[in-house]
Amino acid sequence: MLTLKSVHTFYGNIHALKGVSLHVNQGEIVTLIGANGAGKTTVLKTISGLTPAKRGSVAFEGRDITRMAAEEIVRSGISHVPEGRKVFGTLSLRDNIEMGGFIRGNKREVRADMLHFREKFPILADRWHQMAGTLSGGEQQVLAITRALMARPKLLILDEPSMGLAPLLVMETFKIIKTLREEGTTILLIEQNARAALHIADRGYVLETGKIVLQGKCQMLLEHEEVKRAYLGKGYREVWED
Amino acid sequence: MAMKIWDQEYECMSRDELTQLQLERLQATLNRVYKNVAFYRKKFDGINFDPEDLVELDDLEKLPFTCSRDLSDAYPYDFFAVPLREVVRVHSSSGTSKPIVVGYTRQDLKHWSQLVARILTAAGVTADDVVQVTLNYGLLTGGLGLHYGAELVGASVLPTSVGRTERQVTIMQDYRSTALAATPSYALVIADRMDTMGVDAKTLTLRYAMLAGEPWTEAMRAEIEDRLYVKATDNYGLSEIMGPGVAGECLHQAGMHLSEDHFIAEVVDPETGNRLEAGEKGELIITTITKEAFPLIRFRTGDLCSLEYTACECGRTLARMSRVLGRTDQVIIVKGINIIPSRVGDLLEEIHGTRPPCQMVVHREGNLDKITVLVEVSEEIFFDKMREQRSLVEAMREKVAGGIGVTPRIVLVESGSINREEETAPGVVDRRKLSQ
Repeated sequence: MLTLKSVHTFYGNIHALKGVSLHVNQGEIVTLIGANGAGKTTVLKTISGLTPAKRGSVAFEGRDITRMAAEEIVRSGISHVPEGRKVFGTLSLRDNIEMGGFIRGNKREVRADMLHFREKFPILADRWHQMAGTLSGGEQQVLAITRALMARPKLLILDEPSMGLAPLLVMETFKIIKTLREEGTTILLIEQNARAALHIADRGYVLETGKIVLQGKCQMLLEHEEVKRAYLGKGYREVWED
Repeated sequence: MAMKIWDQEYECMSRDELTQLQLERLQATLNRVYKNVAFYRKKFDGINFDPEDLVELDDLEKLPFTCSRDLSDAYPYDFFAVPLREVVRVHSSSGTSKPIVVGYTRQDLKHWSQLVARILTAAGVTADDVVQVTLNYGLLTGGLGLHYGAELVGASVLPTSVGRTERQVTIMQDYRSTALAATPSYALVIADRMDTMGVDAKTLTLRYAMLAGEPWTEAMRAEIEDRLYVKATDNYGLSEIMGPGVAGECLHQAGMHLSEDHFIAEVVDPETGNRLEAGEKGELIITTITKEAFPLIRFRTGDLCSLEYTACECGRTLARMSRVLGRTDQVIIVKGINIIPSRVGDLLEEIHGTRPPCQMVVHREGNLDKITVLVEVSEEIFFDKMREQRSLVEAMREKVAGGIGVTPRIVLVESGSINREEETAPGVVDRRKLSQ
């Protein structure tokens, strides 16, 4: 579905991605793990067109989207939930959500989807007309994901959805991600909590200073000495393992 | 013929998917070897190559070969790409000067079992089979490598190891073995022994034979199938790369399916090193793309073969490797063990400090390979007394046996009497007839 081939991305003079190749198949959850500054977010931004690749290629459903404008990429079916959620704090939940559907022509369908999500996430329904800024971090995360889903993406890209959330809300967020996949959305996920990410994803890539050094099924990565040592610190166990 | 496929997801991949997977795994491997293996860092720096410069699979061609000698020189652990603490198994095989020592991480062993399970499944083995493994259990990779794959398939494994043929036959009869893993010549030794023991192969439960470890021929296959009442399949492996499980035939017997999702195979002209087209015969070059402890980039296997990329009737899409058609170097293979002829001279030299003229003669008695080493007697090693001569011969036999892994017969001959014209390779007379 999504294929990156030998992608090089720069921030000014900084060579952030040095030949990254990866792929996401239809219906999969794929995760990128790595230390801070390894280039995980850059991979996502390269895909969604925010920092396009300088060399290499990004293809989505057989189309080359390497140098497509970000808006076009959303239209082609990729929605990006950025790190830190970035909801519009002074707008109501309703308006935030409606905005997610801006690329869609059929307004009746957009309204139907809004109703659907309102029912699906009671957290949102209760505060439908409140300003988004009044929500807790976890609620904002649900809002940000809902906003992204309004574009009816085939591929959802999530950047650190659990960041800054209380343990219970982390589990809640991961439950939502699982449900989305069951409903047919393909997901590319970055997560600081590598153990949690490897538990819900099918495959993973390990990024180190802009290069991929390991890849494989999550079960394999979870048992991998290097991954255990570098990314599966003790603290995460209590949070996730049930 | 409905046949099982062990790992449909990978064994039946489309070429596009496979190419992407190979690229991803190759890039990760290059990043790792550059960081962790001094040999590769030096080699890559020497040609000004940074792993990030590998943009597509064809760029692999820009990289230098890794030779058997490089691995020998790294004795014992210099080629390992992970700390010894993460290595959970070590095997070794004979090298040019020193043995080649290979290591496996826990993950490597898991992959190995999976890949052996693939070739066993392709060869007809299922959880209902009783597999008799007559390959060597020990430092060589054959026995243990096959063993864990057979266990993974769920078969009942009989780790009989090699030798004691009469007992092998009895076990085969009494334990009702249904599949035999052996070298082709040993399969024939078993058939011979059945004849002398008066065992009728027709009355046995044996159905499949998975054969590997030495060059063999279609004529040998026909004979083995005929005498043991089995379907015999060829498979390919080498300890430098992993051991058994690199490639194996399915029951269509139409070439060995090579696990390209773990190994990138190229065939090159052994003289020029240039890549050859599909179907052309040349030297097999293998790059491992999932190995952790002992990854190799463009390893020269020394084996001559060709690769075919058309789909097989069985449904597998991976490349098919032809039977090994010969060797590029002087290596001769006896009882599944690779021997470099000059090594024999090296070993003899260690006894007296001088290198006596010698010649290795390989012949087949019945179905058993034998090695005789002719050593010319010079003044240094001439003894009047019969007893001392005998102990010298004894010392030579032990030295050579310890060094090459096969016990030779040592024959002292007169100075200047070795006939070099008969030699099939420098220092070697191979009398075994292996016509294709």
